[in-house]
Amino acid sequence: MSDVFKILGERQPVKRDAERRGHDEHEEKFIPVAAVSERPLDFAAMRARLASSQGKRFWQSLEELAGTPEYAAFVAHEFPHDPANDAVADDTTSSKLPRRDILKLMAASAALSGLSACTKLPVEKIVPYVRAPEEIIPGKPLFYATSMPRARGAMGLLVESHMGRPTKVEGNLEHPGSLGSTDIFAQASVLTLYDPDRSQVVVREGRISDWSAFLTAVANARGDWQTSKGAGLRILSDASTSPTLGAQMKALLAMYPEAKWYVHEACGPANARDGAKLAFGRGVNCVYRLAQADVILSLDADFLYDGPRSVRYAREFADRRRITGPQSSMNRLYVLESTPSNTGAMADHRLPVRCREIDGFARALAAALGVGGASGAAAPEGLPAKWIEALVRDLQKHRGAGLIVAGDSQPPSVHALAHAMNAALGNAGKTVVYTDAIEVTPDTDGMAELASDIDAGAVTTLVILGSNPTYTAATDVGFSQKFGKVPLRIHFGLYRDETAELCHWHVPEAHFLESWSDARGYDGTIGIVQPLIAPLYDGKSIHEMVSVLMGKPGNSAHDIVRDYWKGQRPAKQTDKQFEDFWETTLHDGVMAGSALPARALPVSLDFGKLPASGNSGGLEVVFRPDPTIGDGRYANNGWLQELPKPLTKITWDNAVMLAPATAERLASQMGLKGLANGDLVELGLEGRKITGPLWVMPGHAKDSVTVYLGYGRKRAGRVGNSVGFNVYPLRASHAMTSGTNLLISRAGGKQVLATTQHHHAIDRGGEKVEEESVAAFRREVVRVGTLGDYRSDPNFAKDPEEATSRDLTLYPNYDYSKGYQWGMTIDLNSCTGCGACVVACQSENNIPVVGKEQVIAGRDMQWIRVDNYFRGNLDNPETYYEPVPCQQCENAPCEGVCPVGATVHSPEGLNEMVYNRCVGTRYCSNNCPYKVRRFNFELYSDWTTQSLFGLRNPNVTVRSRGVMEKCTYCVQRINSAKIESEKQDRGVRDGEIVTACEAVCPSRAIVFGNINDPESRVSKLKGQSRNYSLVADLNTRPRTTYLARLRNPNPEIGES
Amino acid sequence: MAQIFRHSTNLISRLSIYGAAFIVAALGYAVYGLTGSPYVTDVNVARDQPVPFSHKHHVGELGIDCRYCHTSVEQSSFAGLPPTQTCMTCHSRIWTNASMLEPVRASYRDDKSISWTRVNALPDFVYFNHSIHVAKGVGCTTCHGPMQEMPLTWAANTLQMSWCLGCHREPEKYVRPKEYVFSTTYETPSNQLELGRKLVKEYKIQILTNCSTCHR
Amino acid sequence: MMLMYAVTWLLVVGVGIWGINIPIGWGFAIINFVWWIGIGHAGTLISAILLLLRQKWRTSINRFAEAMTLFAVSCAGLFPLLHMGRPWLAYWLFPYPNVMGTWPQFRSPLVWDVFAVSTYATVSLLFWFVGLIPDLATLRDRAKSRFKQVIYGIFAMGWRGSAVHWHRYEVASLLLAGLATPLVVSVHTVVSFDFAAAIVPGWHTTIFPPYFVAGAIYSGFAMVMTLAIPIRKYYGLEDFITMRHLENMAKVMLATGLIVAYGYMMETFTAFYSANEYERFTFLNRFAGPYWPAYWSLILCNIAIPQLMWIKKVRTTVWSLFVISLVVNVGMWLERFVIVVTSLHRDFIPSSWGMYYPTRWDYMTFAGTIGLFLTLLYLFIRYLPVISISEMRMLVEEEDKK
Repeated sequence: MSDVFKILGERQPVKRDAERRGHDEHEEKFIPVAAVSERPLDFAAMRARLASSQGKRFWQSLEELAGTPEYAAFVAHEFPHDPANDAVADDTTSSKLPRRDILKLMAASAALSGLSACTKLPVEKIVPYVRAPEEIIPGKPLFYATSMPRARGAMGLLVESHMGRPTKVEGNLEHPGSLGSTDIFAQASVLTLYDPDRSQVVVREGRISDWSAFLTAVANARGDWQTSKGAGLRILSDASTSPTLGAQMKALLAMYPEAKWYVHEACGPANARDGAKLAFGRGVNCVYRLAQADVILSLDADFLYDGPRSVRYAREFADRRRITGPQSSMNRLYVLESTPSNTGAMADHRLPVRCREIDGFARALAAALGVGGASGAAAPEGLPAKWIEALVRDLQKHRGAGLIVAGDSQPPSVHALAHAMNAALGNAGKTVVYTDAIEVTPDTDGMAELASDIDAGAVTTLVILGSNPTYTAATDVGFSQKFGKVPLRIHFGLYRDETAELCHWHVPEAHFLESWSDARGYDGTIGIVQPLIAPLYDGKSIHEMVSVLMGKPGNSAHDIVRDYWKGQRPAKQTDKQFEDFWETTLHDGVMAGSALPARALPVSLDFGKLPASGNSGGLEVVFRPDPTIGDGRYANNGWLQELPKPLTKITWDNAVMLAPATAERLASQMGLKGLANGDLVELGLEGRKITGPLWVMPGHAKDSVTVYLGYGRKRAGRVGNSVGFNVYPLRASHAMTSGTNLLISRAGGKQVLATTQHHHAIDRGGEKVEEESVAAFRREVVRVGTLGDYRSDPNFAKDPEEATSRDLTLYPNYDYSKGYQWGMTIDLNSCTGCGACVVACQSENNIPVVGKEQVIAGRDMQWIRVDNYFRGNLDNPETYYEPVPCQQCENAPCEGVCPVGATVHSPEGLNEMVYNRCVGTRYCSNNCPYKVRRFNFELYSDWTTQSLFGLRNPNVTVRSRGVMEKCTYCVQRINSAKIESEKQDRGVRDGEIVTACEAVCPSRAIVFGNINDPESRVSKLKGQSRNYSLVADLNTRPRTTYLARLRNPNPEIGES
Repeated sequence: MAQIFRHSTNLISRLSIYGAAFIVAALGYAVYGLTGSPYVTDVNVARDQPVPFSHKHHVGELGIDCRYCHTSVEQSSFAGLPPTQTCMTCHSRIWTNASMLEPVRASYRDDKSISWTRVNALPDFVYFNHSIHVAKGVGCTTCHGPMQEMPLTWAANTLQMSWCLGCHREPEKYVRPKEYVFSTTYETPSNQLELGRKLVKEYKIQILTNCSTCHR
Repeated sequence: MMLMYAVTWLLVVGVGIWGINIPIGWGFAIINFVWWIGIGHAGTLISAILLLLRQKWRTSINRFAEAMTLFAVSCAGLFPLLHMGRPWLAYWLFPYPNVMGTWPQFRSPLVWDVFAVSTYATVSLLFWFVGLIPDLATLRDRAKSRFKQVIYGIFAMGWRGSAVHWHRYEVASLLLAGLATPLVVSVHTVVSFDFAAAIVPGWHTTIFPPYFVAGAIYSGFAMVMTLAIPIRKYYGLEDFITMRHLENMAKVMLATGLIVAYGYMMETFTAFYSANEYERFTFLNRFAGPYWPAYWSLILCNIAIPQLMWIKKVRTTVWSLFVISLVVNVGMWLERFVIVVTSLHRDFIPSSWGMYYPTRWDYMTFAGTIGLFLTLLYLFIRYLPVISISEMRMLVEEEDKK
């Protein structure tokens, strides 16, 4: 391994060379931890190498954006004369260069431009194995099955490995929680693996220490624990679904009966859990069967986006919306929510309702449905009665085929009512199935108790496993202050975060792609977590950590996990049989038949005992995990930071979101003409105050404010530090998901938010609408109809001009009737706008992260973007998503204007971009009607951070400064599939080539294939009458076409 | 008043004016020549290696098949470079104490790779796939030259784009029957063109000259 | 120096230092390019066309008008080079035998540009130089120091003023004039193709070539005026550059200005007549969109104010002409800004609409080229005759004969 890094080190990027590819052939020495190879590998050399390189290696491209003053200083210190970094410094802190440097640079740049003419390839080294491992064929990727452990259920993955480097994450078809797709977090996890900011060494009181020192420290502490039965020992961990961990902790607590284990999740399912207790008297795990549901009501639940389960749910939901012809049917979705969400965007009927009022609504609905004992509660005023009656009738009409889902932001009572209503409507057991909880962690959030224990001085040792309470704990618990009183504080995590800072010991955790474990999927299915690579840094698995606490330091995570399952096997199973079983489980990534059995649970709900619905007076504030960085744990991931939030398109920031009407009201109260996006406002809740930029959110509930958690980190890493504002200080244990009587005042000043899509509100006929959206619908960029329209006129989305305009061209039409002709369809009816395609593309195609400043300047690099448009007024508009990759036009306007022929057309209909030929006139981008081309205005790709070299896809060029780039339909995948088929002397089969965006799409909205093959999925879809192309009247003839969106409104309500 | 210029100036000026054109042309030609020359491309320049491995001896004289060492040439884009293990299959028995081979033994002993100097290197923005070329009847020696005669290995061709295009535009000039792909002694037959055309049809060889064939 | 600084930084960091982005891929660089090229036109026009038309009044201004052309073109020439992402590969735009077995793409207007502009530069240089030869000879003979004699001597190319020389001189300048005249038209036509050949609404229109050429001459004369007035003042050339010259130039400006105005009107008209959603939107957006100030001040500068020149009083007062010429220069620059930026910033797909905010580097580069231009001009004034001595001599003789 160390050699590899030497080799990579030798390959100095030569500026004058156009490109460098993700380093491949020079990495024969990356030793893959073969899935089943169980011999211990010694990576001391590598670790040493990395440890020594620590600090020097930093994330240039990611950094630029972070653009903190610290960073500028850091750069100045590290690379006084590196132009690229000076540029950064200049961008971020507008520091001037000394004149002498400028002169040097003048000379340099002169030389640069001169030398470019005749380039001589640098002499390269090539380093073979000493002993070649069997399974590796140099230059060919291997795939290993593993699982990504997540609080609400693991996601099964297949990870692509090049010469032992995990480079790309795909979903595992076998895994019920994935079905071959993933969400954004799974896609981005591979970047976290290579994150040079991850903690890399054991730290003791701020000083670098080592594992053995830690072991002795624990050994000493164990003395006391054994005598005191672990009286002072407290363990705080994230929620986990790992059976092995569960067993370990059981053993540990048996060893130290007085010790206590607490769990802390910043945005955990506390409400759902308590709701279940109200309804069933026990915690349960609800598995929704959306495929069986015709009518779905969401009570502030974003089940199509939020959490790992959304992947499965989005698939099932979309499957019920697939349109093959006028005869096909669709499910119907009603959504009540305070904050516009992806689920709300898919709704056929959506009502913006304040978070706190939904409780009242639920009671009224329960009463209307005649749920046993429900008193005749009235719906909160303001909600259209007609609407509710229609909903009730619809639900009753579809008994056993309806579904009511309550969201995490809702109090236990709403969850309980949802259970009751589902039971009453006969949905329980059909569209919703209950199983035992999948978490092995205790089912109460122990923060409060832990805090009081600390006050009582009962805690002598606090071991924190992964969690980051000093950042995420509710303020009124005062954890951060009390924390310091604990005599021995041990932190174990991926990053040396806010909590680790305050601990005596910090032990680096191994990334899940580096370690052995196991985890349950959303329905309980067990997947084994197996490593793709030995720990890059000095990381340990949580199992090793726990066994250390139990005084068994020697055990490797692999043995612990394997032995646990060996212990679980049926008595009659022989060792041989177990070996086979183990191999299969590892190979498939799932343990056959391990899904938890459904339980029929009677609802015993006493409405009298229902907690009174919380007051909802005044302005309400709703806390939600950030759509792209969650509760803050993904804050240091550049891909996720730069991924636009689905509805606001904000990157690198969170904001104070509220409805246009509310903004106007507040403005008038403050005596202002109006509040604009970016105006800094101060939020006050019960005396606690935070300040953040304002964002006017169309469709947000009135008198309600939403803030996303997870930002304003101090110790996230160089990417996530001091980005956005921290919302946790506003939270209190009685106001975890929402609070009332919020005070807003103008903090003065303005902050520019980096959005990838601008929205300008304008007045049209006295109604506030959005200029862009109005134009979009005038131009039929998005085409929408109701199911009714479609049935009466299947061709409603067709453009008459499209057919006729084919021959209106000077040049003769190229004959595309032969060979493969690649094409793509994107079904707007399925797309939930989750953005997984964006991250997948970024990962597959080595797309750099450019940073906040560059996004503000309008230079985001993602090859596929998800546009969103609003229809109707801003109070409750319909929201539409539209993913836009390169349209691969047959008459591509970009091609004719390139002076050097760097973008040309292939006989298979691909619009090719040749980076190494591009001189960067940007004419092609100007002439692209879809603006899908991306330009390297500066050196965005990171050519300095060695740990990132491992991340690169070796089959895609790493672009340099000054070249244009764009979506290629993953031509690298096309070529390799063609080569394989040619070698076997056959044609490429449909579905053999899967583009990155298609592969990841949870709702299967994107389909790619050969349009010359009448049997291919893509040509069938293109055959549909809903098929249309963007700006067709330009006669660009895109190969990427769209299928019109259909809505299925309840006729009793009609189009809202 | 004295003359400023001597009479010769006329001649000089004329020469310089007319000459200019030719001089420029000459320079241009020189540069073009240079870009293709061994000086820039290192063609036919034998490279020093940590171990003076001789293809001449192993291939030419011992007649070892290419695939014995370059194992992945038929499956992968990368032909593969033999691990030390492969060398030791023989050299653990013969020439066991030849000082020349010490680096090999050392590598095997202390598990340190031998770091060879690359001979045929493409720029990183070019994606070449060995397997498909050998599968379509492009012989090793067609590109790598007479390996069986190279005591120390050198690059036989410039690997410049125009060179690649030569074959991609007119494959019939270069393809050979599949059974001879790995033969180092294969002689281009006199009827290459007609044979080539036959093979191109038979092997379904396409004229792939669009950019994304090699650049992505 | 500022230019050097800006350009160096550009080469080091990349075009990212400018305000350009997606969708606005072209910013100041192209605006300035078109503007400078336009300015260039007046020189050639004055010397070539007026020479062919035997317009004697031109003689006193043609020399530095030509010089101005030359310098303007050299300033313009910088930008296409600088605006490239990888300028050091600019030579790929030229067709030459290479190891990649590739050619430039002759369908692209940018390639046409390369040829148009380079030809134009060469011809203007020759034309200007040929005109200079007799004067250089004069300078040579008048020169005191040996060094000067040699330098001027070399460039005078052994001119002895013999009848043969004069004859050849006449022929040469006539030929070159004939060669240059079509160029005046062609160059800016080709430049306008950069826009007209694209599909961007606001660019894709057939009216561009004529109205670009008119605009070019318009701005060119404005620039000549802006330079002529101070020069004649400070070098006391009132007798040579008389009011008549200024007035004639004013008339030309008035004429071309009206053509430009017509251009604007037709452009807008066709946009609405076409009933094309995108065209219409683009023009509405010009009038009322985020960049409306640019558009209306351009109308003010290029159409409204110059109308004052109908009044003879205005045409014959130096300072008013000076002010107007400055205004027109600004106006023409704005015109290019409107064309480049407002057309690009809101095109077909609304989600990709953006804004363009020039950075200090943009301004520095622009100011830098103006600096370069003036420097060259001063050098010229310092070392070469601003007014063609020989031609003045002829004029004087002719006058005497009467």
